[in-house]
Amino acid sequence: MPAQFRKAAIVGGNRIPFARANGAYARAGNQDMLTATLDGLVARFGLQGQTVGEVAAGAVLKHSRDFNLTRESVLGSRLSAATPSYDVQQACGTGLETAVLVANKIALGQIECGIAGGVDTASDAPIAVNEDLRRMLISLGSAKTVQQRLKALSGIRPGQLLPEVPRNVEPRTGLSMGEHAAITAREWEIGREEQDQLALRSHQNLAAAYDRGFFDDLVTPFLGLTRDDNLRPDTSLEKLATLRPVFGAGESATMTAGNSTPLTDGASAVLLASDEWAAAHDLPVLAHLVDAQTAAVDHVHGGEGLLMAPVHAVPVLLARNGLTLQDFDFYEVHEAFASTVLATLRAWENPGYCKERLGLDTPLGPIDRSRLNVHGSSLATGHPFAATGGRIVATLAKTLSEAGPGKRGLISVCAAGGQGVVAVLES
Amino acid sequence: MSDWYRDFANSGLGTTITRQLGLPRPAVLRRYEPGQPLLTGPGLVGAAGEGRLRDVVSGVLAAAGVRVDGGTDDERLSAVVLDATGLTGPAQLAAVHELLAPAVRRLGPSARVLVLAEPPADAPTVAQAAARQALEGLVRSVAKELRNGATANLVLVPSDAEAALASPLRFFLSGRSAYVDGQVLTLAAAEVPAGDDPDRPLVGKVAVVTGAARGIGAAIARVMARDGAHVVAVDVPAAGESLAQVANAVGGTAVALDLTAPDAGPRLARQLQARHGGLDVVVHNAGITRDKLLVNMDADRWNAVMAVNLQAQLDVTQALLDADGVLRPGARVVSVSSQSGIAGNRGQTNYAASKAGIIGMVRAWAPEFAARGATINAVAPGFIVTEMTATMPLGTREVGSRINSLQQGGLPVDVAETIAWLAQPGSAGVNGQVVRVCGQSVLGA
Repeated sequence: MPAQFRKAAIVGGNRIPFARANGAYARAGNQDMLTATLDGLVARFGLQGQTVGEVAAGAVLKHSRDFNLTRESVLGSRLSAATPSYDVQQACGTGLETAVLVANKIALGQIECGIAGGVDTASDAPIAVNEDLRRMLISLGSAKTVQQRLKALSGIRPGQLLPEVPRNVEPRTGLSMGEHAAITAREWEIGREEQDQLALRSHQNLAAAYDRGFFDDLVTPFLGLTRDDNLRPDTSLEKLATLRPVFGAGESATMTAGNSTPLTDGASAVLLASDEWAAAHDLPVLAHLVDAQTAAVDHVHGGEGLLMAPVHAVPVLLARNGLTLQDFDFYEVHEAFASTVLATLRAWENPGYCKERLGLDTPLGPIDRSRLNVHGSSLATGHPFAATGGRIVATLAKTLSEAGPGKRGLISVCAAGGQGVVAVLES
Repeated sequence: MSDWYRDFANSGLGTTITRQLGLPRPAVLRRYEPGQPLLTGPGLVGAAGEGRLRDVVSGVLAAAGVRVDGGTDDERLSAVVLDATGLTGPAQLAAVHELLAPAVRRLGPSARVLVLAEPPADAPTVAQAAARQALEGLVRSVAKELRNGATANLVLVPSDAEAALASPLRFFLSGRSAYVDGQVLTLAAAEVPAGDDPDRPLVGKVAVVTGAARGIGAAIARVMARDGAHVVAVDVPAAGESLAQVANAVGGTAVALDLTAPDAGPRLARQLQARHGGLDVVVHNAGITRDKLLVNMDADRWNAVMAVNLQAQLDVTQALLDADGVLRPGARVVSVSSQSGIAGNRGQTNYAASKAGIIGMVRAWAPEFAARGATINAVAPGFIVTEMTATMPLGTREVGSRINSLQQGGLPVDVAETIAWLAQPGSAGVNGQVVRVCGQSVLGA
C-alpha cells in the first residue's frame, strides 16, 4: 500500500460541441462520439499509441449492444489497445463520478494517469421490443420441439408490435425530471424572471468564452459542428419571457424551454494524472481534484426534491475539508434547470432547511453570484447527460488555471434517482 | 485525384495516339519513398574548366552508393552533374555544350541534370560574370527540352560555401525534387552539422506546421513526421476535427489556434516552450484566398488575406524570435509563397500581394537568421493538385496543369518534400531563397 495519498492532477480535457437532439449528430451513436472525443484528446496531448492507466466513461441512454461502450471506443481510438476501460452509469452524475474514480486510483498510486469521460445521445436512443414480445421470443428461442415452438408463436398479438421507448421519467414516481423540478421550484418559490436571468447569463457567458478562444483547447469540432448549437448569443430577457411554461401547471408554472436544458447529444473526456506523470510528459497541470462527495435523497417518500442531493453532499464535503461555502473562487452548479440552481442556492441560505434537513446549526449562506458558471453551463451548452461532468471538470480546471495558483472551485451536479455528485478542484 | 490524361498518355493506346498527334506526354514522376536509392542508375560527373567541386560531388554520390562512371554507352543515365565553377569566359561554354549534349541524349526517366557554378555577382571579371549568367539561360532551356520526367536545375556555390553543397545536391538528384524544375538556387557559407541520416533527417526535431488540417499543410505534416520530426499541427479552431485526424495520423500534437489573434504568437511560444522545450522548424503554410478583381474587391477581402497570409507570419515569427530560448539553435523557418506572388494572377491582387510580401520577408530576415545559425526560406508552389483545384472547371484545370515543362500538376507531397528538405540541418547554406515547386511553369518564369 502507498504510504500517503497524492492529489490527482487535471491535465486537460476535450469534448465535441454539444448538439441539440435530432440535429447535427442525429446519425452518430454513442461509440462514434466517444471515440472522436478520445481521439481529440489524444491529438491534443500527443497520446498516440500510449497506454493510459484506465479509461472510465459511460452513457445514460445506452444500447444493450454497447455493454462495453468505453472499451470499444478505446479500441477504435488512437490509444494503445492495452488501455483498460470500463463503463460507469450514475445518471447525470456519470461524468463527474468517472473523474472521481480515476482521480482516486491516481491518488492511491494504482495508476499514473487515466481518462474520465461520458457520452450521451438522445437522438440515437435505444428502442427495445415490447416486453410481451420479448418474453415470447425468449420462449421461442428455448423451445426444443415443433409443438413447443408453435405454442410460443401462438402468443403473438398485434399490440406487441408497440416498442419500448426510453422515457425521461422517474420509474418510482412516474413524473418527468422537469415535473419534479417544477415541484421543487414551487416549494422554494423560484420566480420566472430569476430563472430567465440565470439562463440569459449562461448564454452570454458561454458566447463570450467562445469568442475569446477559451474553448480552443477544450473543444474539437465534430461532424461540421464547431460550437454548441444550443447556444443563443443574441437571446434576451424579452425573448425568454415570451416562452410558454412546459413543466408545472397553472399560474405557478415558471419553467420553459428557455430556462430548462434541452435533450442533447455529445461527449466529453478529461485527462487526469499524477504530477510526476504530467511532468515526465511535459504536460500542464491545470488543477487538482482535491476531494469529492456523493449523496442521495429519498425523493419518493422522503419529501425531498429529486434534484436536491447535491445540497446534502456539499456540507459534508466542506466539513471534511475545513471549508465554508464562501471559500471558493468559482462555482460550477450544473444547470439541469435554472430553477434547480436557484433552489440549491436558496436552500443553502435557509436557516430552517439547513438545520432540519442538513443538520447544520448555521446555514451555509449565500455565494458571490458573479463567480457562478462564469463560462456558461448546461442551459447554454445543452446537457448530454453523462457528458456534462467532463465538460464541467475541464472547464473549471482551465478557469482555475487561468486565475492563477491557489484558486479553488466547487462543482455540484444533480442526477436522476435523487442523487448528486460534488467535488472541489484547486489550482 | 488521378491525372486521367497522364494515365491515358502512358497507356498502350494512349502512347500511340499522343505520339502521332504530337500531344503532350506527361511522365509518371519518380517520387521519393523512404529507403529509395538516391538514383536508379549510373550518374555522370563532368567539369567545364578547372572545377573545384568534383571531389565534393563524387564524395556525396559515392556515399549514396551511386556509380559515377557514366555507365556504358547503352546504359541510361540517371543524372548528369556538371561542375562549371571553373568557367573563365564565354568560350568555355562550348565545353558545357560538348559535355551535356551526348549525356542528355542518354538520360533515363526522371533523370536529373544539375549544373554547379559560382554566382555571377561574385565574378572577378565581366566576361566571367557573363559566362556564369549564361548558364542560367542554358539550364532553363535544357529543362524545357527534357522529357520523360527529367529535370534540370542550377546551383550557385560561392567559393566559401562548398560545405553547404551536399544537402542541395542530394535534394536535386533525389525523387524529393520531382516537381522542382528549371530553378536557380544560391548557396551561402554556413556551418553545416555533420551526419544527417538521409532517411530520417529531422529526427528529434519539433516542427510547427500551420494550416495543417488539410491539403498541402496535411502533406507537409506527413512528410515532416516521416522524416522524423514531432509535428505540432496548427489550424483554426473550426478545422479542429480534421486537424486532430492529421495530428493522430502523424503521431503529433494538435493545436487549435487563430493565428491572427493578437496573442497568437506568444501563446504558441509558451505552449512550445512548456510542452516541447522549444522548437526547431516553423512552416508557415496557413493561407486563404478571397478572390475578386481589384475594382470589385472590398476591404474585408483585402484585409482578411493580408492578416492571415502575411501579417500573421510576420507577427508569429517575431514572437518566436523574441521568446527567450524557444527557437532552438539551427532553427528553420519555411514560408509558403505562391506562383501568384511571382507572376501575379488576375483576380488575386490581395493574394498575390501577400505572397510576394512573403518573399520580401524571407529575404529581409535572412541575414538575422544567418547570424543565429538559422535559416528562413520560401517555397512558391505552382499548379498543385488539391481539393481546391478539383473544383475548377475542366478546361481551366487542364490548361493550368499542363503549362509547365513536366506537363502536369504537382502534388501536395512535392511542396512538402521541398519544405522538409529546407528544414534539414544539412540545408544550413540555403537561406533567403525562394524555391519554386512548379515543374518550371511558364507563369512568372
